[in-house]
Amino acid sequence: MDPQQLRFTTSHEWIAPDGTVGISDHAQHEITDVVFVELPKSGRAVKAQEPCAVVESVKAAFDIYAPVAGTIAAVNEETAKNPALVNQHPYGAGWLYKMTMASPADREKLMTHEGYQTFLKSATH
Amino acid sequence: MSGEKVVEPLSFEKSAPGRKGIPWPVCDVPTVPVDKNIPAGLLRESPALLPELSEPQVVRHFTRLSHLNFSIDTNFYPLGSCTMKHNPKVNDRIVQIPDFAGLHPLRPHELSQGILEILFEVERWLSQLCGMDAFSLQPSAGAQGELTGILVARAYHEHRGENRPVVLIPDSAHGTNPASVALAGLTAVTVKSTPDGQVDLDDLYQKLNKEVAMVMMTIPSTLGLFEPRIQEIAKKIHEAGALLYMDGANLNALVGLVRPGDLGVDVLHVNLHKTFATPHGGGGPGAGPVGVKKALEPFLPVPRVALENGVYRRKFDRAHSIGRVHGFQGNVGVLIRAYAYMRLQGAEGFREISENAILAANYLKAKLTPLFPKMPLGACMHEVVVSGEGAFGPGVRTLDVAKRLLDHGYYAPTIYFPLIVPEALMIEPTENESKETLDAFVETVRAIIAESKSDPDKVKTAPHTTPVRRLDEVRAAREPRLRYRP
Amino acid sequence: MFIPHTDEQKKEMLAAIGVSRFDDLLGALPKNLLRPKLDLPSSLSEMELVRHMEELASRDHLAQSYLGAGAYEHFVPTSVWSIALRGEFATAYTPYQAEASQGTLQSIFEFQTLVCELFKMDVANASMYDGASAAAEACLVAAKHTGRNEILVPETVHPQTVRVIQTYLAHSGARVKTVPCPSGVVELETIKKHLGPDTAALLVQNPNFFGCLEPHVKGLSELVHSAGGLLIASTYPTALGLVAPPGQYGADIAVAEGQSLGLPLAYGGPYVGLFACTNALLRKMPGRVVGQTLDADGKRAFVLTLQAREQHIRREKAMSNICTNQALCALAATIYLSLVGKNGFQELATLNFQKAHYAAEVLARRGFPRVFAHPFFNEFAVRCPVSPETIVKKLSEKRVLAGLPLGAYFKDRADQLLVCVTEIKTKSDIDRFGDLLAEAAR
Repeated sequence: MDPQQLRFTTSHEWIAPDGTVGISDHAQHEITDVVFVELPKSGRAVKAQEPCAVVESVKAAFDIYAPVAGTIAAVNEETAKNPALVNQHPYGAGWLYKMTMASPADREKLMTHEGYQTFLKSATH
Repeated sequence: MSGEKVVEPLSFEKSAPGRKGIPWPVCDVPTVPVDKNIPAGLLRESPALLPELSEPQVVRHFTRLSHLNFSIDTNFYPLGSCTMKHNPKVNDRIVQIPDFAGLHPLRPHELSQGILEILFEVERWLSQLCGMDAFSLQPSAGAQGELTGILVARAYHEHRGENRPVVLIPDSAHGTNPASVALAGLTAVTVKSTPDGQVDLDDLYQKLNKEVAMVMMTIPSTLGLFEPRIQEIAKKIHEAGALLYMDGANLNALVGLVRPGDLGVDVLHVNLHKTFATPHGGGGPGAGPVGVKKALEPFLPVPRVALENGVYRRKFDRAHSIGRVHGFQGNVGVLIRAYAYMRLQGAEGFREISENAILAANYLKAKLTPLFPKMPLGACMHEVVVSGEGAFGPGVRTLDVAKRLLDHGYYAPTIYFPLIVPEALMIEPTENESKETLDAFVETVRAIIAESKSDPDKVKTAPHTTPVRRLDEVRAAREPRLRYRP
Repeated sequence: MFIPHTDEQKKEMLAAIGVSRFDDLLGALPKNLLRPKLDLPSSLSEMELVRHMEELASRDHLAQSYLGAGAYEHFVPTSVWSIALRGEFATAYTPYQAEASQGTLQSIFEFQTLVCELFKMDVANASMYDGASAAAEACLVAAKHTGRNEILVPETVHPQTVRVIQTYLAHSGARVKTVPCPSGVVELETIKKHLGPDTAALLVQNPNFFGCLEPHVKGLSELVHSAGGLLIASTYPTALGLVAPPGQYGADIAVAEGQSLGLPLAYGGPYVGLFACTNALLRKMPGRVVGQTLDADGKRAFVLTLQAREQHIRREKAMSNICTNQALCALAATIYLSLVGKNGFQELATLNFQKAHYAAEVLARRGFPRVFAHPFFNEFAVRCPVSPETIVKKLSEKRVLAGLPLGAYFKDRADQLLVCVTEIKTKSDIDRFGDLLAEAAR
């Protein structure tokens, strides 16, 4: 996926126009080697900023929040089987789940890729 | 896995059909057919594949495995907050006295007077040393002690008709604190620390309200510092109707010197495997007795031990008790060891312990100060927390230095804890390590720091001399192999 | 005794610190509370201590015991503790630095394998505090995994285990629902009535508290699974040389008090809780786990793994607050099982079975018939011609423990005594026990 098409949260998730959700390249780098991914059940209704997945490294666990409100439509079983995909292809094969957004306009309120880069710079010192 | 290099094969890999490590006596009673007495469906279909080895093979296997460990008996083990002190050998002998080892936990009290006296006395000693009114000896470990203490506090508030769902915990606390709070059905709220590692009082007092059941503090803190305003804090906590819980992980700094109860602590747990020198055992068994002030005593777990007309009894009739946390009376074997240690020390011996532990930690701190640019000022208690920031060569981290210490025969200090100190190294020498050992340790740290600048790769790839080198933990977690399969 | 500093060295150390008196280091401590007077005796020498402890121990000297009920008297081969108490094992700590802890780590890996083998389960952890807390943690896992809140606990589960479960569940949102068992075992029909959409799990103890083998374990497993709940089986490891292990009848979680595997009775602990489950529950398993991996040179090595479930990382979101395991007890169990071995373990179970069946026959002849007709392993309840408390008291005077009066736990079983006979009893012990009981009943 082209990062330019994605919208980003301050908690480092991205969401594509079709509702696909993953974590940013910056996040996967900070987490280091992902060893386990816990995905939500399909069909679950989630609020914006609700924790609905977990990404684990050897020494840490990170909650992944829903970028917008909606329903979990599908989960990436391949990532669950091979968590390294999150490190290798954060914007591609390493996506986590797909959601049906309650209101696609919510997505538009999130940061663009450019905005996210600025946010990262301001967040680090 | 074929072609795999191994340090010591698994017992299963040495097994050969028909070998036996211990013969059982011939059955001397008239036998009945098993299959006539137990229906086939309730019998085991295939045997458990236990290894088949002779006794000498078993002895050598485990003795060889033991050689792969660092331990207090073999190495300086400055693991901060774990109080790795000497475990007196006489205690091994005492717990193996057959009349102790063979004591069934459900014996009637008439046949348990010796052991009940010990339990009664352990409770008395702990109460005296900690300035508390009563102790439950049931919790098996510090974490279970915490859970017990929180449940007791919760029951206390509920009994008074108060609903207080929140427990305040400093951000420097051990992870078991919030985990235990969650298990007790309460909500952990974090209190910030100031840059010098003390609790941020503004933040604490702002969060202290009618919702708060308890404030959990580690005293001295996980940074090895004593909070000088503790009595004032306790007063404020009590004024808010809340309780002060002390995580007793660092009691070795206070024992005999200051009593937590005198400071205003209402509930605490003590780790007998730390201050009271029972063996850590490679990760247990420990014991985590919980002490309380009078008002909380009715809520302690049952059974309690009481002395009535010269007879020791186990008491179960406590209407407000939170119940049991152990199947029986707790880790009594550990309690026996702790009792023996108490008697060896005597009242005066405990003060010697804390004073010498504090002396050793401050000595280490003084000697390490020139080596670490971010060393905080002032005296520490029984352990010294050092930040590795700015101390090591290019790209060398605290983890690498910890691993390099292993090459020199030192177990690594606790690292990356407390979380609020970047690149933390937490060093606890205890009262048992000689000045010679401490001096040698400091010289080793100095040499490693120099090496981290002259040959950083050597440090980054350490250890080099241990039975195995650095492990692939990512592989272990991604493809868990948790048991042997032929 | 344990403090090495000479007075001269102490002075040098204070000088290096830059203070003149030790008390200068205590500036943060409240002066008025320093060095309180303690109402405690002075120290004993090692010699005096040993004498004192031997005297205390001798007060509780006992000739023989027929008491089981969750803690069992088994023979412990000498090499078990002669190895386990080696300082390299006993005085090490949690193996955080794997490179300097392979002895502990490999022994735990072997322990996990042995527990899986005993139970016929997929995965096991590095141990829990005891059997009771292992059962309680299993109930929490079941509630979390199913999202349901009711644990069915039959009366045939050890009452003290039930109390621990109640303490652990008290504020978890889950609760215990007691299932009556008048026949001494769990009946399918009763369970059918209690199962429902809230059932997170059924906990079955097998052999049960009364010593009976639960006759319907397979059926119970099917029932609870068809209702969407889990089966938790609590068992007695020594019995598993003969009787069906939890994995054979479809348990999702298997737990046990591991004391019978080489640990002394020691008035209740330290023991070791065994905990195993299916692969499906692996990530929800509480406690420490050791896994196999490779080191930088490609050597096989062992390491604590799956730590992201644990309290030091997940804090309030951890699967459990458990921090350490009972490593040394797990090591003793590992050595014990390695010595006993595959065939020896079956022989041991058979020996227990035969001795107990002989004892049941002797006791019946002496007027103490069995209460239940169900198959049993090495423990059984008998009906007493006079009150069991009287029997226990009379035998106590002869320093023999007759067993556990069940009336203390179940009002309607006031005439029943729970008796256990393990491999350590000889025929003449058992015959004499029969004589003593008959005498006490007179």
